[in-house]
Amino acid sequence: MAEPLVALRGLTVDFDTGKRVIRALHGIDLDVAKGEAVGLVGESGCGKSVTWLAALGLLGKQAHVGGEVRIEGDNLVGAPVATLERVRGRRIAMIFQDPSSSLNPVHRIGRQLGEALTLHRGLTGASAAAEAQRLLDRVGIADAARRLGDYPHELSGGMNQRVMIAIALSGQPDLLVADEPTTALDATIQAQILELLGEIRRETGMALVLISHDLGVVAENTDRVCVMYAGRIVEDAPIATIFGGASHPYTRGLLAALPELEGPRRRLVPIAGVVPEPWNLPSGCSFAPRCERVIADCERAPPASEFLTPDHRVACIRAGA
Amino acid sequence: MLRYLAARLLRALLTIFLVVTFAFFVLHLSGDPAMMILSADAPPESIAAFRAAWGLDRPLWVQYLNYIAHALTGDLGNSMRDGRPALDLVLERVPATLSITLPAFALKLGIGIPAGIYAALHRNSTADRLTMLLSVAGFTVPSFVLALVLVLVFSVQLGWLPSAGSDQATSVILPIVTLGVAGAAILARFTRSAMLEVLGQPYIRAASAKGLSWRRVVVEHALPNAAIPTTTIVGFMVGTLIAGAVVVESVFAWPGIGRLLVSAVSNRDLAVVQAILMLVAATMVTSNILVDVIYGWIDPRLRSKGVVDAS
Repeated sequence: MAEPLVALRGLTVDFDTGKRVIRALHGIDLDVAKGEAVGLVGESGCGKSVTWLAALGLLGKQAHVGGEVRIEGDNLVGAPVATLERVRGRRIAMIFQDPSSSLNPVHRIGRQLGEALTLHRGLTGASAAAEAQRLLDRVGIADAARRLGDYPHELSGGMNQRVMIAIALSGQPDLLVADEPTTALDATIQAQILELLGEIRRETGMALVLISHDLGVVAENTDRVCVMYAGRIVEDAPIATIFGGASHPYTRGLLAALPELEGPRRRLVPIAGVVPEPWNLPSGCSFAPRCERVIADCERAPPASEFLTPDHRVACIRAGA
Repeated sequence: MLRYLAARLLRALLTIFLVVTFAFFVLHLSGDPAMMILSADAPPESIAAFRAAWGLDRPLWVQYLNYIAHALTGDLGNSMRDGRPALDLVLERVPATLSITLPAFALKLGIGIPAGIYAALHRNSTADRLTMLLSVAGFTVPSFVLALVLVLVFSVQLGWLPSAGSDQATSVILPIVTLGVAGAAILARFTRSAMLEVLGQPYIRAASAKGLSWRRVVVEHALPNAAIPTTTIVGFMVGTLIAGAVVVESVFAWPGIGRLLVSAVSNRDLAVVQAILMLVAATMVTSNILVDVIYGWIDPRLRSKGVVDAS
């Protein structure tokens, strides 16, 4: 495999609440290649968003980040602020779940877009305005010139997410991290936004990390899926492998809970039990208490990630069985 | 926008009218000016003559209509104590009051807002805790207590500053500090919580994710939003520029509106009290309108609502 664009190695995050320290990420290893689209799937609180916020140093002072985040030789963990600021928006851009509150309510769209263009491309005045208009046009906003003068509250959620994408594009990033970009939007808009992200990716060759709790959304829009559970990546494989032969019982559980469009109607199978609290994880595999295939060894130590094939790794001692 | 402002203005005038009416009846029903000004053991003939002279012998509603009719022409009546027009008496005290309330206002803004911002940006640090401790102390200690402590230290012990009066250039210092401390404390606390609220918003994280430096995120994205709630409290402080110094003026024997009000009330010098209340109501109402205009200026969401209201 060629040198990855971004490589996370043993990424850990501990939140210091003052009373206790809670580990949210237990060593994430993840490579994103140039131009690749990777999905990150898991339930709320499993650490999907935290992984990338930590990578970009956006978690604030209560979070202690360990491990490595390598991008072209730089390690971002513990890097000086100036290094992080050069990466944010320019190498790695990020868009968020709630587009309407991710834009500043008191500034016009044009200003928020122009700010990024000035910062990353040195454009000002008329050239910034022209580029801003071109970008709004590119992300499918009609009447772009007039929209530049609008405030976020004058646009719908879907339009605001398009604006966020335009802002992200203004830095011409190598990687766009889309953190549940369509969760707050209704279904038709969701499809349009995902379609737009796909188009842009094909045009620019930008890599995409799509964070979602929806395995279906991820399957349609990415090449590879990482399934996360309780702060760990439990399975990492190409889409076809996941749907054809998922190995981790949690991934299988997620698949069993997905409705099918074809074939006879069947009852959806929920995964029994609940996600353990981060401060109360079992000593062995975090999924063991909910797992149908649990054996005594599962409760001994968290299972290491093993490669079943060069592009399929699983953290389960029973994966081969 | 014009219709919106006109509606606001009309409501403002109504507010002032209600204040004047309420004050008129409360004052007239709560004591007899003749007794207060002439003293209770004056001969009955003098008291009757005083009442007739000021129209106090007529039915209350006649007195009221009479007062309103005159007020509409700009005549707020004369002081019963020295016979001069009440409005003149009040207006000539305004500069003295403003000479302590305006610097105190600057002190509140100059200390309160930066302290609040600093505390929010260094949340849970020693500096934050210290600022909040001082802030709690600042607004829980009543101003007359603070005034007395300051006098004790700086006038009695150290002998640096005069304890009262207005005869020296340094006389203004203690009243200004006394007024400024509580306001700065309130503003620091308010600004801090407004900033914390804003710093927790998704657009702050998004601005950082764009690659902006933290300094630019704070100055360009956090401060304009935190200014919105802070404007409310600053507007309220503008409203108290005229009448907010009653206690402090009394403690420091400062010849401003506040002291005039205290003596006018205890003498039942009705016209003077009414004139002061009208002035106070007018400043309050003006500052409220000002705050509304500023809101619209800094918050585009309210601006478009304002337009909707007016149409």
